[in-house]
Amino acid sequence: MELNFTGTDLCAINGTRSAPETHYDTVVIGAGPSGVAAAIDAATAGAKVLLVDENPVSGAVMGNDVPLYFGGRMTSATQNAERMLEAIFMSMPALETAMDAGVELLLGTTAWGVYRNGPGVASLPQQVVGLADSERSWLVGFDKIILATGARDLAMAFPGWNQPGVMGAAALQMLLTRYEAFAGRRMLVLGSHDLALETALLAKDRGVDVLGLIEVRDAPQGHSDLVAKVAAAGIIIHCGQTITAAKGGINGVESATLKTGEEIACDTICVAIGLIPSIELVDAMHGPRALSAMRGGYIPAGEPTVSAVGDCAGLADSGFDHIAYRMDWMRALSSVSADDTIICQCEEVTRADLIGVQPPNYLSRPAPMCARSLDTLLEDGPANPDQIKRLTRAGMGVCQGRRCRDQVAMLLAIEADKPFGSIPLASHRAPVRPLPLKILAEWDEPAEMDAAWDVWFGIPTAWVPHEDIGTPYQDEHREMLYTGMYK
Amino acid sequence: MSGSEVVIVGGGVTGLSAGWWLARSGVKVTVLDKFIVGWEASGRNGGGASHYASPLFDEEQRMWPQMDELLGYPTEHQKERIIIAMTERQWEQYRFVAERHKRLNHAVELLDTKQVLDAVPLASEKAFGGVHYKFGGHANPQRTTQAYAWALQDLGGTIVQHSPVTGFETAGGKVTAVKTATATYGCDNVVVAAGPQIPQLMAQLGVNVPLAAARAEMIITEPAPMMPLTGVDGHKLYGRQTMRGNLAYGGGPHEWLDMDADGPAARPSTPLARNLAKRLAEMLPKAAHLNVIRSWAGIIENSPDGRPIIDRLTSPDNVVVASMSSVGFGLSPASGHAIRDLVIDGKCSFADIDILKLSRFDNLEADWREKRGWMPIS
Repeated sequence: MELNFTGTDLCAINGTRSAPETHYDTVVIGAGPSGVAAAIDAATAGAKVLLVDENPVSGAVMGNDVPLYFGGRMTSATQNAERMLEAIFMSMPALETAMDAGVELLLGTTAWGVYRNGPGVASLPQQVVGLADSERSWLVGFDKIILATGARDLAMAFPGWNQPGVMGAAALQMLLTRYEAFAGRRMLVLGSHDLALETALLAKDRGVDVLGLIEVRDAPQGHSDLVAKVAAAGIIIHCGQTITAAKGGINGVESATLKTGEEIACDTICVAIGLIPSIELVDAMHGPRALSAMRGGYIPAGEPTVSAVGDCAGLADSGFDHIAYRMDWMRALSSVSADDTIICQCEEVTRADLIGVQPPNYLSRPAPMCARSLDTLLEDGPANPDQIKRLTRAGMGVCQGRRCRDQVAMLLAIEADKPFGSIPLASHRAPVRPLPLKILAEWDEPAEMDAAWDVWFGIPTAWVPHEDIGTPYQDEHREMLYTGMYK
Repeated sequence: MSGSEVVIVGGGVTGLSAGWWLARSGVKVTVLDKFIVGWEASGRNGGGASHYASPLFDEEQRMWPQMDELLGYPTEHQKERIIIAMTERQWEQYRFVAERHKRLNHAVELLDTKQVLDAVPLASEKAFGGVHYKFGGHANPQRTTQAYAWALQDLGGTIVQHSPVTGFETAGGKVTAVKTATATYGCDNVVVAAGPQIPQLMAQLGVNVPLAAARAEMIITEPAPMMPLTGVDGHKLYGRQTMRGNLAYGGGPHEWLDMDADGPAARPSTPLARNLAKRLAEMLPKAAHLNVIRSWAGIIENSPDGRPIIDRLTSPDNVVVASMSSVGFGLSPASGHAIRDLVIDGKCSFADIDILKLSRFDNLEADWREKRGWMPIS
């Protein structure tokens, strides 16, 4: 078949993308104190500024532990969108200041991806951030983006952690201070560094019965002033101790069992071992990042057009090695976890299957499969969380690894007997928040996109049955399936 | 120097299948990969296994139902496909292809909208109809690629990861060794199955292999209820419902790229996820409420006519080059067999694959990429 090449591939991406709806000098992601301050600064300096924050997220989405590890301990107040929105304004007076300064504010608006030209892509009309609310998604262009996405909860597995009532400290703080929507009454706290101490004090102040703190190391880890305040509040810190199980019923946690065998009745176990800077967007956009043990994990390395402020840029450095601390907890909780302890809740991957690199239960495990393990995989090369993810499905679920990503990396480090920093960061991928198909969809896409759309490359010769090569059928085939291409 | 009868450059699905077939014949094989097996396009594709245009089709169809048992590891292979038309034009196109299948004695059945909905309950009532392919199917690319690697090891083969090939040693019109930064692997035969890096590697042997690389993208949703038929294409999308229930879909415009000798520097996904989401929500509207939880991209190469190149060269005469031209995953059980035959017997035993010879491009114009518009955006 003679193809008349025209110098143009009608099915290539070139020129088919929509332009962003709007363009701002500066887009700030996250309307916590740091984000609001950065937005006000930029607006005061004369920039056209957009400030977005995903909160309030709907009650249903909170159930997926977005953006924090709520552990199902929200009251029904979180189902009332109007009340949630009001609560945010009430708790953040600076938002009004920002609007007065000319900042455009969008709450309930998720930033799910940042896209720009670079290695592997040159087809974007400009750098854009993908936004979505409960109705639709859209793209916004920017000159400069400031990430103020905060920090998320570090979750850790132990027997019984996969039930309502096991939750993170940041989620608890948000429910207590912003929404007044915490459903628990009697709480045990894991950890004794500043985060745990502050969380315990706050909870006590808000009327929660704080039954004690569990510390894996031999002494309280936080600032001495906070330790003293906790003691003064009559809250016990159990040092050299760990949780071995959470027992529960239909409403979730009912008690926690300690290493000593002591059982403490509670409805909430707050994991306050650490916070992880929320760098999903940075990683999904292939931005540079570096591991900082003192600042809580991987943090953005900074670029001319991308900056980070607040906890997203790294936790305040108080000389405390967060990674070493977490690894101590991980070792302790691993040692009390049975083979069938779930590590990935979404995909129900057990500890044994994770370390055994075994496939999910709906697949068969013939003898060769059973003979494989992390040990045999390590003979082929260093541990890589993305490879483990592919084989075991840990981190492949709807929570997008928010609950298990960090602990899988720690577990790999322990099992491979390597430093945590030698384990690559499992990749984050857009959309960095779960978004329904109908919301993500570009319903009003440009006509150029549809005109270029082929199922696979649109090369007329590629799918001609080999029996038909050199026959007149080729031209019919091209005319029917690749109208206009190389005609 | 460590000796091996056959050194395979590239631990993608094609190289690994070739290695597995060779190891099954008792050949000592070493597979070299620049990073981790199946990390590039082999682990990032739609998992389809229905390549009726290829001379390797019959072998593809014969092998897939046996692969779990032969490899000893699960591939998640599922049988059959359906292709759903969402516009009148698509219905016309899909029926045209169905007619061709009938004349080639491939089992197909035209479905009306109700029959489409019976097989694919998530589908749209606005569908014009569908074509049920009673052949083909799909599998999990990541699991399958690792399965080949493990099965090859179980047969005594060696896989060396994190070892990009830097060059070759030649003598007497043959390649005598393959070099990496840290080792030299002596060999009797070489298979070069390094995807987009093939042109740079083969240039070192003075052989021109015309290939152009491009980026393509996919999205995946959270699990949906399992459907009676999980190999669901149509509306100009390809994809599948995984055995977990997720809907994994791709399609749409690609972006041509330049390729470094080291391979892709990055595999960025783009807002094309939104256009994929639109089409998937149109075709499967009862899944429109499902969350998209990831998007990703892969880099694949195409030959000038979009057909694979599988050839044993005349000079050097102990080299087989294999690029599957963007359809490597599904054909892998058959391409590995063909490569095994070329290495051991010099000829494919089960099909006439002369149309896949590299020599068809002997008179290719130097500016073939420009002519086709297959150029990176500058």
